[in-house]
Amino acid sequence: MITLNAVHKSYSSEVSIGPVTLQIPTGGITALVGPNGAGKSTMLTMVGRLLGIDAGSIEVAGYDVSSTSSKDLAKIVSILRQENHFVTRLTVRQLVGFGRFPYSKGRLTTADEEIISRSIDFLDLGELEHRYLDQLSGGQRQRAYVAMVLAQDTEHVLLDEPLNNLDMKHSVLMMQHLKRAATELGRTIVIVLHDINFAGHYADYICAMKHGQVVEFGSPAEIMRDEVLTGVFDTPVRVVEGPAGPLAVYY
Amino acid sequence: MTRIPTEAKPKGRLFEPKLLLGILGVAALLALSLFTGVYDIFGAADGAEMFAITRIPRTIALVLAGAAMAMSGLVMQLLTQNRFVEPTTTGTTEWAGLGLLSVMIIAPSSGLLTKMTVAIAFAFIGTMVFFLFLRRVSLKASLTVPIVGIMLGAVVGAFSTFLALTTDMLQSLGIWFAGSFTSVIRGQYEVLWIVALVGVAVFFVADRFTVAGLGEEIATNVGLNYRRVMLLGTGLIAIATGVVTVVIGNLPFLGLIVPNIVSMVRGDDLRSNLPWVCLLGIAITTVCDLVGRTIIRPFEVPVSLILGVVGAAVFIILLLRQRKHG
Repeated sequence: MITLNAVHKSYSSEVSIGPVTLQIPTGGITALVGPNGAGKSTMLTMVGRLLGIDAGSIEVAGYDVSSTSSKDLAKIVSILRQENHFVTRLTVRQLVGFGRFPYSKGRLTTADEEIISRSIDFLDLGELEHRYLDQLSGGQRQRAYVAMVLAQDTEHVLLDEPLNNLDMKHSVLMMQHLKRAATELGRTIVIVLHDINFAGHYADYICAMKHGQVVEFGSPAEIMRDEVLTGVFDTPVRVVEGPAGPLAVYY
Repeated sequence: MTRIPTEAKPKGRLFEPKLLLGILGVAALLALSLFTGVYDIFGAADGAEMFAITRIPRTIALVLAGAAMAMSGLVMQLLTQNRFVEPTTTGTTEWAGLGLLSVMIIAPSSGLLTKMTVAIAFAFIGTMVFFLFLRRVSLKASLTVPIVGIMLGAVVGAFSTFLALTTDMLQSLGIWFAGSFTSVIRGQYEVLWIVALVGVAVFFVADRFTVAGLGEEIATNVGLNYRRVMLLGTGLIAIATGVVTVVIGNLPFLGLIVPNIVSMVRGDDLRSNLPWVCLLGIAITTVCDLVGRTIIRPFEVPVSLILGVVGAAVFIILLLRQRKHG
């Protein structure tokens, strides 16, 4: 469970986020959606303690993120931001191995190695595990980073636009991997998504943000509706019944 | 779904057969260095004594300084996430030089230890200034970073020159800055052993530096205290650079070319790379020193001159490679 209580962050007199009060339930995938500049990534970054808050409090699994030590938090919540452009020449396996850093501080045990292997297999990276990151495509690299945060073995996983730079096929594969991580590994996954239809299909909960506020929170069935989406995205949206569930049409 | 589990293999073993070959190669170079020189150590009556007074210290100095500068470059590149950064492209060396000059002006009679401490302190401040500047402008774009560093170094260097001019120290400044192993003799180089301690420290926190190299956000995510690691890294770099600058002088580009070559072949895992970075740093320093000692025999060319030429060439090659890879 992730609890935000009157969280506030201001950048300038015009740009500010909150106050946000929100409970993200344990288990499943929660998708953060909303127009550009709504504050989705910022909120995720604050939950992942990469950015401080000005007021309010955030608790992850009962631990206050501003007062709990970063070392301990690393075993409770992991966060992956959008890929930074400096590519270290580590192999996939070495990178995933650093997901075990909170436990091993770099001296990997046999148990660590097993978790790393499982994580690599979970994202189908077995054949690439000894390749260097700079020899991979953007999508493969993205998968390697996700494998790293999975190896971190935290109950809560926060991902900022994991579908960025991925083509159709790899987006679908990534969402399937995440869905499996939620159901098979019992992780609570919070992701920022740009494509409302991906959220509608794969997420268990959708949290819609606008102007730094949470405007809607509910199951896909509750959010995937004409009037709700039109309000959130400020553009006419029509939801039609597709072969695999509701589809938002906005063009 | 059936998945064949990936075999769990221990990562990057430290000691491998290839490393032994590397060690042997470097040992051969060092032996060559021991027996290269104008003085006839076998024929002359005091040959053995001369050998102990000059040749052995010089060779040890080559090992320590070469390894230290190569290592400093590697740590710096991880901390800044930039491949073109090293103590001489960030102004660290120039700051150490300014510290040294300040001591020579203010308290000319002070000992080596004082000179070194001040040089280290200046190197630390200078490197922090550079890192803070990088944080503010967040110019991670590869080439801007070393250009800013070189500019910063040039300003500090210019200030040193001005200071030296006004205090009639220009000649000493020139001698100190031209990195050379010529004057390394018994009784004057022993403080260099401090950098061996730095090497041990880097080895122990190697994984932290590698994680820091993945960026502040990923480092924080896995629970690393990013700022503390930056401070620690800066401190170790400052000590290594300060000591080497005071005892040997400026060794340009060494920290740049060595880590890049090692990274191309072996990737960026610091802990398993460290022995290779040290070996290659020693090898390049020794070769450059040997060349400097032999081309105008019986005189010597400062090693910094040879390193500068070699380093500049490798730097340009790296730039061109970078352009090709985009």
